[in-house]
Amino acid sequence: MMFVPGNNPGMMADAHIYGPDSIMLDLEDSVTMAEKDTARLLVYNALKSIDYGDTEMVVRINPLNTPYGKKDIEAVVKAGVHVIRMPKTETAEEVVEVEREIERVEKEIGCLGRTKIMAAIESTLGVVNAYAIATASKRMMGIALGAEDYSANLKTQRTPGGDELRLARETIVVAARAAGIDALDTVYSNLNDMETFRKEVEFIKTLGFDGKSIINPRQIEVVNEVFAPSEKAIEKARTIIAAIKEAEKKGSGVIAVNGKMVDRPVVIRAQRTIDLALASGILTEEDLK
Amino acid sequence: MNTYKERIQLVENEAKALGKKIYDDAKHQKDPNANALRQDKSPKLATLEEAIRKSGLKDGMTISFHHHFRGGDKVVNMVVDKLAEMGFKNLHLAASSLSDVHKPLIEHIKNGVITQISTSGLRGDLAKEISEGLMENPVIFRSHGGRGSAIASGDLHIDVAFLGASSSDPLGNACGYSRSENAKSICGSLGYALPDAEYADKVVILTDDLVAYPNTPNSISERNVDYVVVVDSVGDSSKISSGAIRDTKNPRDILLAQQAAKVIINSGYFKNGFSIQTGSGGASLAAVKYIRNKMIEDGIKASFALGGITAHMVKMHEEGLIERLIDVQSFDKVAAESLKNNPMHKEVTSVEYAAADDAGSAVHYLDIVILSALEVDVNFNVNVLVGSDGIIRGAIGGHPDTAADSALSIIVCPLLRGRIPCVVDEVTTLITPGSTVDVIVTEYGIAVNPRRPELAERLKKAGLNIVDINSLKEKANSIIGDADPLPFGDKVVGVVMNRDGSVQDVIRNIKA
Repeated sequence: MMFVPGNNPGMMADAHIYGPDSIMLDLEDSVTMAEKDTARLLVYNALKSIDYGDTEMVVRINPLNTPYGKKDIEAVVKAGVHVIRMPKTETAEEVVEVEREIERVEKEIGCLGRTKIMAAIESTLGVVNAYAIATASKRMMGIALGAEDYSANLKTQRTPGGDELRLARETIVVAARAAGIDALDTVYSNLNDMETFRKEVEFIKTLGFDGKSIINPRQIEVVNEVFAPSEKAIEKARTIIAAIKEAEKKGSGVIAVNGKMVDRPVVIRAQRTIDLALASGILTEEDLK
Repeated sequence: MNTYKERIQLVENEAKALGKKIYDDAKHQKDPNANALRQDKSPKLATLEEAIRKSGLKDGMTISFHHHFRGGDKVVNMVVDKLAEMGFKNLHLAASSLSDVHKPLIEHIKNGVITQISTSGLRGDLAKEISEGLMENPVIFRSHGGRGSAIASGDLHIDVAFLGASSSDPLGNACGYSRSENAKSICGSLGYALPDAEYADKVVILTDDLVAYPNTPNSISERNVDYVVVVDSVGDSSKISSGAIRDTKNPRDILLAQQAAKVIINSGYFKNGFSIQTGSGGASLAAVKYIRNKMIEDGIKASFALGGITAHMVKMHEEGLIERLIDVQSFDKVAAESLKNNPMHKEVTSVEYAAADDAGSAVHYLDIVILSALEVDVNFNVNVLVGSDGIIRGAIGGHPDTAADSALSIIVCPLLRGRIPCVVDEVTTLITPGSTVDVIVTEYGIAVNPRRPELAERLKKAGLNIVDINSLKEKANSIIGDADPLPFGDKVVGVVMNRDGSVQDVIRNIKA
């Protein structure tokens, strides 16, 4: 998920050409108070007029307790955004409140249920409530860690190794998995240190995260490389998925590959491997036909 | 009949029969001074004013300059200021290129000192004023190969060439680097100045580093030099060239570079012994980096790299990945140093670089070239000279020469620059004809010239995003919309010459 400031038309116009899985147009922290209305108008028009192709479009709105939150929701839902990202989410009630606003706008324009929600958890209270937040609405598609505010709230500071984020990261992954939604890690902001960035991406992949938030197209390649499954893994996954399809055709409930019975978690992991291969561009839909 | 006195009658007879004079020993006096002293008394050493006066320059004649000092050049302004001061009028200024730094020429044009210009490019305020109709005579634009050929053929006759050199000895053996400790203004190759040195009636070398004879290896020979003028500075070294390899961090340039590199690698020309030329733009340089990695991976070596030589090329040469460097212009200090130190790094004249004729030039043997563009159109025509606002803002350089002769010409060009679409229905000015352009790489897809179906097939097979050029134009249109037509007037302010000496296009004045 690539962060793009909502007040920068140049960046918004071609953010998708670099091939991020999703683009988050930001109305919150990267936009000053004086530019909130301008940015909202720009983001609305970008969503309406730019062909972003298959890229998932996300907008980070301002919190509902500011004068901008409701206006943000109204504008971006009307513009057809795929996902609204809530900043600094601390409780399930906040999600319900945002959902209510979304529903109001969706009913008005007749597209009930179109807009999904993801919540950024950026405080200790948010981490404690992670599962409740993740399950607060059927629209919830993911939760993400926002590390800067979280470490400030924790009364510590960021370190290169990220020890201070350990509990938050693990809690968020577990909560997301338990709720059956995605877990996204925080941004890494030193663009000149690709080595440390790569290590961090490898680490959060091991923790179980589904992806990384990024702030520059140059980071896409590293994330794709780290998350890309090996050729061997893809081959194995394709064999398993093919076996399932075969079994479904025959109406057989039990699947065996190379004489071994295949459990459900294996199938799920195989499907995830295929999804990752597609996301990182190793496989195309064409290959799977 | 054995003494000279006795033979003199026969000598006179033979001289008369051959139409020659008789040797006069009294005229020949040996100079017993040591060589250092004799050099100091070189009759070629002169002040700028003396050199101009002795050269026989007259009103209406043609003077020439090179642009190897790029944005740091001080020679053109220094010489033309002096010519104005001396009262010259109606001169034809034939430079290999002109840039922002030559803004003072505006006044000299207004005062009638300069009434005709030939160049490869124009930039900055001078370009803007000329675009708006400053001059009575249109500027003649030629490519580097075209200029070299025009000088060699006599189409462009130079009366007096004023050539800046990083070092020269008192006899005029000059080059673009220096082995002395006083080196100030290093530019590397003097390729664009060499035809001037060879063909101009009179040649004046201007240098800020006078070294002892012999200044070898030299690029300009004393045989072609009439006067040597020592000046404080021929160029601002900080603006002549950058010091080291710069890697672009612009994500769009990186994306374009990756795509261009993929085109090259899958084109069918990426084989042992291939030859390549790249520009100095961010995307071009970054593409070289990806190609280098693939060359190492696949064990492929290039036979030569051509053109503007960059630090990237030098590095690959020193690594053994590129056998030879053929250098008409050194783009950075690393390239200039390499020209001085690497025996397989050869300086060539712009004629040897890119002439159209069959006598031979390096572009004839070029496999792959990566070029940039201001605009391309749906017929693959390219404009690198005139901006989408109708104002001249670039240079032809070797663009059409290399596109025409290479086996694979790749234009790297963003679809959009801010609100300016770069893929259009028809280019503002035709510089490189579409018949010579093979591939256009944009961030929204790669267009292959329909004349090259086999190439399109290969690239498609490699999984590249090959699109119709018309769809790129439509894409740009859908984002930006239709632009109003440019407010051109009826006056012709520029003429674009083809390398073969024919007239290819004209530039009309833009209304301010």
